[in-house]
Amino acid sequence: MVLARSEVARTHRRGPARATAVRLGLMAVPLAFFALFFAYPVAAIVGRGLNDGGQWQLGRFGAVLGDPDVLHVLWFTLWQAAASTALTLLVALPGAYVFARFDFPGKQLLRAAVAVPFVLPTVVVGAAFLALVGRGGLLDHLWGVRLDTSVWAILLAHVFFNYAVVVRTVGGLWAQLDPRQEEAARVLGAGRFAAWRKVTLPALGPAVAAAALMVFLFTFTSFGVVQILGGPTFSTLEVEIYRQTADFLDLPTAAVLTLIQFAAVLGLLALHAWTVRRRETALRLVDASRTARRPSGPAQWALLWGTLAVIAVLLVLPLAVLVERSFAGPDGYGLVFYRTLSSAASADSTFAVAPLDALWNSLAYGVAATAIALLIGGLAAAALTRSRPRSGPDGRTPMVTRLLRGFDGLLMLPLGVSAVTVGFGFLITLDEPPLDLRSSWWLVPLAQALVGVPFVIRTMLPVLRAVDSRLREAAAVLGASPWQVWREVDLPMVRRALLIAAGFAFAVSLGEFGATVFIARPDQPTLPVAVTRLLGRAGEFNYGQAMALSTILMVVCAGALLALERIRLQPRTGSAGGAPIDHSGEF
Amino acid sequence: MSTTSRITAAALAAAAGVTALAGCGTGSGDSADAKTVTLVSHDSFNASKSVLAAFEKESGYKVRVIRGGDAGEAVNKAILSKDNPQGDVFFGIDNTLLSRGLNAGLFTPYKAKGLDSVPADLQLDKDAHRVTPLDYGDICVNYDRAYFTQHKLAPPQTFDDLLKPQYKGLLVTENSATSSPGLAFQLGTIATHGGGGGWPDYWKKLKANGVEVVNSWEQAYNERFSGSAAGKSKGDKPLVVSYASSPPAEVMGKKPAPKEAPTGVATGTCFRQIEFGALLKGAKNEKGGKALLDFLLTKTFQEDMPLQMFVNPARKDAKVPDLFTRYGTAIDKPTTLAPETITKNRDQWIKQWSSLVLK
Repeated sequence: MVLARSEVARTHRRGPARATAVRLGLMAVPLAFFALFFAYPVAAIVGRGLNDGGQWQLGRFGAVLGDPDVLHVLWFTLWQAAASTALTLLVALPGAYVFARFDFPGKQLLRAAVAVPFVLPTVVVGAAFLALVGRGGLLDHLWGVRLDTSVWAILLAHVFFNYAVVVRTVGGLWAQLDPRQEEAARVLGAGRFAAWRKVTLPALGPAVAAAALMVFLFTFTSFGVVQILGGPTFSTLEVEIYRQTADFLDLPTAAVLTLIQFAAVLGLLALHAWTVRRRETALRLVDASRTARRPSGPAQWALLWGTLAVIAVLLVLPLAVLVERSFAGPDGYGLVFYRTLSSAASADSTFAVAPLDALWNSLAYGVAATAIALLIGGLAAAALTRSRPRSGPDGRTPMVTRLLRGFDGLLMLPLGVSAVTVGFGFLITLDEPPLDLRSSWWLVPLAQALVGVPFVIRTMLPVLRAVDSRLREAAAVLGASPWQVWREVDLPMVRRALLIAAGFAFAVSLGEFGATVFIARPDQPTLPVAVTRLLGRAGEFNYGQAMALSTILMVVCAGALLALERIRLQPRTGSAGGAPIDHSGEF
Repeated sequence: MSTTSRITAAALAAAAGVTALAGCGTGSGDSADAKTVTLVSHDSFNASKSVLAAFEKESGYKVRVIRGGDAGEAVNKAILSKDNPQGDVFFGIDNTLLSRGLNAGLFTPYKAKGLDSVPADLQLDKDAHRVTPLDYGDICVNYDRAYFTQHKLAPPQTFDDLLKPQYKGLLVTENSATSSPGLAFQLGTIATHGGGGGWPDYWKKLKANGVEVVNSWEQAYNERFSGSAAGKSKGDKPLVVSYASSPPAEVMGKKPAPKEAPTGVATGTCFRQIEFGALLKGAKNEKGGKALLDFLLTKTFQEDMPLQMFVNPARKDAKVPDLFTRYGTAIDKPTTLAPETITKNRDQWIKQWSSLVLK
């Protein structure tokens, strides 16, 4: 008895120091991964551009920033990102409301469907949009409307891509806000709008801001959409970095532009982290399944049908056109393009790698990338969980907590840095044994994991944080090792989130294009790469096969996301009391 | 201090782990292995499996192919990694980028076997033998036969024809800054109208005659060109800057085989691109590299190329497939420019072109 008490006391005394050690230990692997496969290559290529024979060429900043062409690019980058974000919010916020508050048949299927564009590669989306809004596209055919090479095509494609970001981030929270709070305000005499403005809006604000910042980040660094759909007069910073690096080999200019983009992305991520923290402040949340009901009254039905119409036109139609073209063979509709895809696999055909083999490559890369992303992202999330914003005795945020916050943002950085920069960086850094990865099979999954890790962290973190830390402490007091605590307390609760994170990382890896296409790789193209190659050749069959492969890719992605929806819907077990907060799959 | 060392230790552990994993992957990064020879190329590189297998059987080397983006990107990657090359042989540096590669000192001279069968006008480095010509292709204006028959109009044949009023608003081309066919077409106009004020003048007139510029070949050809089957003939431009080999590609897979290709080539608008292969300086398997380079110039490989990459073989004795002879057009007098001239002026020409045509 006495012995046991002293044991408890010792555990308590050792607690903080030990927790810090555990945290740092958990951080080590993700940090090493990040340093080796991101920070070092990027720093090396930027350094190569700015350092000429040991002399730092900082004068390049003035020269590049004084160039009116560069200023034009900067202005356009900002302008189109702001416009895309505003348009996305305008279109998607009603959608977020509909998904949060209304119950209607097929809702879960639709919720998964709107997320499909987010994980599709831009080549596929570009082809779909051109088939819809381009010359001779569907709109042209019907009404003579052509939007390609206009800024409208870019903005619409950005809405298409990012609709799900808003619906999931804002809608996810909205569904868990207790509607009774707003009702209470109305009972107390507030009008419908006033009640919404005073009660719901402040609660939603941080989520809206977080979603807007993410959309802004994705559109600020837009590459494929601008390249494929925009006319030659449109160029974003990301496109310009690519051009200066890959076409002109003007590394100094590329380095300056990279640093400008870097600074902007860091700023955005810092803002985002701040809004996310605000979002996680205590709100009265309820189970999402209890807040949704069937729409009532003409206004609500109109809103529902309006949202469905928007989704049909903006999200489903481009993809439907893609599918239509994949079936439109030379002799009417049929499976001819699909058949040639599989027959090419056996014959000694024009493609050294049969298009269908690309599917297997994609799946293999996807599985490997998911494993890496889960390991790195999971460890990082575990480290970050133990950094609840807690003030020290002097009222200041402890150093370790601040360090960990920075670490959180750090792992988001790959989302905002040009893939060509990372790719060229890989080339000049990871080139010596034992780390000559330039032609290794693992290079592709490693690069894809870099993009998958932020999704894993974002999915796992809120769920891990929702685990009552007293449970962990209790387990620790009872003598469990940190590993046992994790296995017995955390794992059962996060298993679902882990599966969702895996699905997201997998889908992102399947669609990942930027990094995959820029890094040297053995003769194993992924689906998006094969689609690009097919689109790059003349002839009806190459185009038709590209459409067929895109359709296959789309179906696989949709399948992965649908499976996720099913996992999401399973009743949660072992919830540690209180309201189940579910941010999984959100930003 | 403890944090730093912990991170260092973890980084080393991760590095070791990753390397161990890399070893399990297919085609491990072991190019020092004298049994393997590595070919570095661009995304368009293709060869029949059976042809590569024949070389592997004959020589005893295993061939590994690394593709590094489009042609320009692949060359730039080779330049960036020249102190520690990715492989032994580089395939696919063309005359528009040749000087950039030569100036960077990328290649080891080697006179490949079979060079005697290559016409002299393709041998741009014939004294030093740093590079070996392997194939060529022409960038030309393609036209939609149906459109011109329907409108009882003769298709244009030369650069000057494109300025004529009857072809106003019919041509779509690619952005020189982002697309290599676009750049080649611009170089063609420079070769015919002169590098001084001549070509800008030509482009001013071409712009006045309604030339349209898009970013990529895919967009120009698949979406805008009315003659491409991919666009279901819904495109609105009957003239497009593409390849002389595009008409055969349009016929491929068609059953029954049509009498002629649905598209034709304006033979007086062509710019010739010659692609070279070379031994990379610092190659780990130089002997194997030489054998591979020799192989790329054999009739076996050369005759496999046309249907794999839609280019013409460099060897004059290589047999070209029926598809090419039947539906393709041989270009007698293509325009061309000295590689040094291109390298010296390239960036400035593109800049000048952009401000002239795009603004």
